[in-house]
Amino acid sequence: MSKSEAIARWWNQGRNRALLFQVLLILGTVLFFFLIGANALGNLEQQGITSGFAFLSQKAGFGIIQTLVSYNESSTYARTFLVGLLNTILISVLGIICATVLGFLVGVARLSSNWLIAKLAAIYIEIFRNLPLLLQVFFWYFAVLRALPLPRNSLHIGNWFFLNIRGIYIPRPLPEQGFALLGMIFLMSIAGVCALKIYARKYQEKTGTELPILSASLAIFIIPSAITWFATGRPLYWELPSLQGLNFKGGMVVIPELAALLLALTVYTSSLIAEIVRSGILSVSHAQTEAARSLGLPQRKILRLVVIPQAMRVMIPQMTSQYLNLVKNSSLATAIGYPDLVSVFAGTSLNQTGQAIEIIAMTMAVYLTINLTISWLMNQYNARVLLQEQ
Amino acid sequence: MTRAHISHPDLPPPLISVGVVGWLRRNLFSTPLNTLLTLGAFYVLYRLLPPMVNWALLDADWAGTGREACSGEGACWVFVRLRFIHFMVGFYPESELWRPVAAFGLAGFLLLYLLLNHLPYKGWVAGFTIFGFPFIAFFLFYGGLFGLPVVETHQWGGLMLTLILSTVGMLFALPLGTLLALGRRSSMSVARALSVVFIELWRGVPLITVLFMSSVLLPLFMPDGIRLDKLLRALIGISLFQSAYMAEVIRSGLQAVPKGQYEAADALGLSYWKAMLLIILPQALKTVIPGIVNTFIELFKDTTLVLIIGLFDLLATVQGSFTDSKWLGFTTEGYIFAGLIYWMFCFSMSRYSHHLEKKLHTGH
Repeated sequence: MSKSEAIARWWNQGRNRALLFQVLLILGTVLFFFLIGANALGNLEQQGITSGFAFLSQKAGFGIIQTLVSYNESSTYARTFLVGLLNTILISVLGIICATVLGFLVGVARLSSNWLIAKLAAIYIEIFRNLPLLLQVFFWYFAVLRALPLPRNSLHIGNWFFLNIRGIYIPRPLPEQGFALLGMIFLMSIAGVCALKIYARKYQEKTGTELPILSASLAIFIIPSAITWFATGRPLYWELPSLQGLNFKGGMVVIPELAALLLALTVYTSSLIAEIVRSGILSVSHAQTEAARSLGLPQRKILRLVVIPQAMRVMIPQMTSQYLNLVKNSSLATAIGYPDLVSVFAGTSLNQTGQAIEIIAMTMAVYLTINLTISWLMNQYNARVLLQEQ
Repeated sequence: MTRAHISHPDLPPPLISVGVVGWLRRNLFSTPLNTLLTLGAFYVLYRLLPPMVNWALLDADWAGTGREACSGEGACWVFVRLRFIHFMVGFYPESELWRPVAAFGLAGFLLLYLLLNHLPYKGWVAGFTIFGFPFIAFFLFYGGLFGLPVVETHQWGGLMLTLILSTVGMLFALPLGTLLALGRRSSMSVARALSVVFIELWRGVPLITVLFMSSVLLPLFMPDGIRLDKLLRALIGISLFQSAYMAEVIRSGLQAVPKGQYEAADALGLSYWKAMLLIILPQALKTVIPGIVNTFIELFKDTTLVLIIGLFDLLATVQGSFTDSKWLGFTTEGYIFAGLIYWMFCFSMSRYSHHLEKKLHTGH
């Protein structure tokens, strides 16, 4: 057997070819990263930038318009990172809640037997899902919120809520003495409701009788808390915003950047969620509803026990990707100056320090972590609602 | 004694359940809740629609050559009319305008040819559209050949740039995404692992960070002396990002091909690549065409983000025109115009994808 024949024979075995290919793939990848790494080091050296994470303990020296933790201009870049991260989480959580609620409403309205309501929901969906999100963010921020009046002529509801070009002013709750007790009582009633639920389920399994959980849990929720509320002398003080000079003092303010971003994210994502809800509900076979009705279940229970659980199965994977998209889309904040992670860290901090590789790697790592966490949580939930097949 | 049975003539259905009244009762006022909802919706429409129509159409200013023309209460479409060419092509020199017009005219003609049914030589036209047309379009836009003056990429803008970004992103994402999808389903563990990491990494981060990365990091990764054009950097970022999404769409198509097809290809003794190219991929791609159209719509909307790294696509051009001191205060008109264009593109594409879904639904 000649040498070339041996090579041909070796080559003709699929396993060997695969092995060779994979070795080449690994070598190629390593070479690629080595090359760009070497280039990057050389280029950074030329620009006089030292790599590493030492910059995180340097003074940032710029202000941020909304911070959830204490922050000032002498704080470090690590603090900047934390502020941006918390702001990103804030807008994501608010966005997910609002978009889910609105999306469910619109999705159900789209299926309404009322022709007008169904058509309006369809128009809402078709308009907002076919416009770029950034355009919507700009529209709310530059066209709608900028058209609001100055603080002096604020739109208002009583002297509680004020809406003007500087943002939305709402009362700020200030806990007083005795509030901790109220909180403890409230937590205890939640525990009580959970215990009641477990007991009621056991009771129903044993005797077949359903206990009136809803009214009982409402009572457990409200009565002890209400008694404590009055007994401790209403320990929550609402600080009202009031106009002083040119601007409002006191209360809480939702900055216009947050409001515009939240509006845009909510409206855009809800139009996509609405379609998911609709497809989920439509995917439940009509025979299921009919079977439930023939068992004598009331309409409310048909929805809660038969339709929604089955619709959930179809909806959850798609909802998960909408939530992930919403978190990623919250980075559009940077276009209007809401201080999220991308804006304050990958934007301002990057420009000031020039630590491009570290900062972009950290930013990407944060989004990857948040998204992996959300999809892990949703997959746990998904596994619970999945069809148990034999 | 028997009574003769006299049949009555058929009575028409009660007026209240047919015609307009019947329709209204069935669809708008069937229950008290529905009645309430209908009335509420009518009230909202009454408060919203007339002012909107007045502002956008009846009270609007259409004719004129400057700001003076816009004194009315309504919208000032003069602003949009005078800026129209700028919104379409950005700072492309006016004397060379025929070039983008010719390129887009040719693109429109090719698309129309491909979309209409029952036309001959579609395969050849499709091949030319994918492999020939991009080069023609590039030389028309950029120039430099046959005595056409060069137009640098920083002068490209407006809708033209939006279309370039999304179609180029798509053209590169399709083959790369196909490779990644095949890699993800491959039996070779290294290829599979690399594909999975690549796909999940790009899909897990926002496009903005990808664009930041391509604009800040790519120059760092390049060897000394190689400078990448700003547009080119954005295109690289968008293509990589898009190919990860495309890979998942194509993977779902690959999963939809019945196992028998893979086995049949093996039984014929076809090599891996022959089996994929001739048997599996044609079927897989056909089933996911609607999915591909949908990712294209997403990409089309996402290209707006390039304004953050300083490229002037349609939205950025419109946004930039607000800072013109002669035309301050026409934000709403500008956004509505841009929105209308984006909406027309996205809506017609999504209708087309619905149509394809129906047409390709063969049912196994």
